[in-house]
Amino acid sequence: MTVALKTAPYDAWDELKAYEQQRLTAGRYGACCAFTGTMRDFNEGDEVKAMSLEHYPGMTECQLEAIADEASARWPLLDTLILHRVGDIQPGETIVLTACWSAHRAASFEACRFLMEALKSRAPFWKKETLQDDSTRWVESNTPG
Amino acid sequence: MPVSVKFFAGLRESLSLSDLSLPADELHTVADVWHKATDGREPPENLLCAVNHQHSALDSTVSDGDEVGFFPPVTGG
Repeated sequence: MTVALKTAPYDAWDELKAYEQQRLTAGRYGACCAFTGTMRDFNEGDEVKAMSLEHYPGMTECQLEAIADEASARWPLLDTLILHRVGDIQPGETIVLTACWSAHRAASFEACRFLMEALKSRAPFWKKETLQDDSTRWVESNTPG
Repeated sequence: MPVSVKFFAGLRESLSLSDLSLPADELHTVADVWHKATDGREPPENLLCAVNHQHSALDSTVSDGDEVGFFPPVTGG
């Protein structure tokens, strides 16, 4: 199980491939389910040109590890990966990657969804958007799904 | 040991409070910490709080050396 915060842009698919090669044994898993969340250039009817992601150092890692542990306790997973950007982000860049590996698909599908929904409600991250006129605003709530 | 208090995101900006340290005397709950740190301000309805990195409530107990965080609803992912 790995949880990491990324302070620079990253390629979710490169990370996924590298993790799989380093941490998993080919032939031992039959399913991998991955979700990536990417920064949009629009929100609530406005064009968004940049975003800053603040977090609570220490608590963030603690909450993400607890979420990954909970997923491992609920589903028969072989491994779990959570990556999340912090700091300044541009539209099109990956914010989050969650991935689960298991013998069969149901566990990976269900656990991956759980990781994202739990992260959205429990991990202490906050988004601040910069609009086209350089004004800024905090995102006040997550979209329902 | 004092209680360490941290504010985040829009709450940090609106209160102009970031990190502070309060003597633990007379601080029994998270609500006590909030009132002491903000000079008695009413907590916002959507206020979230944590004690030692665990989500907590205003009536959660606080002990010497604890870290208490206050923040608005989270918006990661």
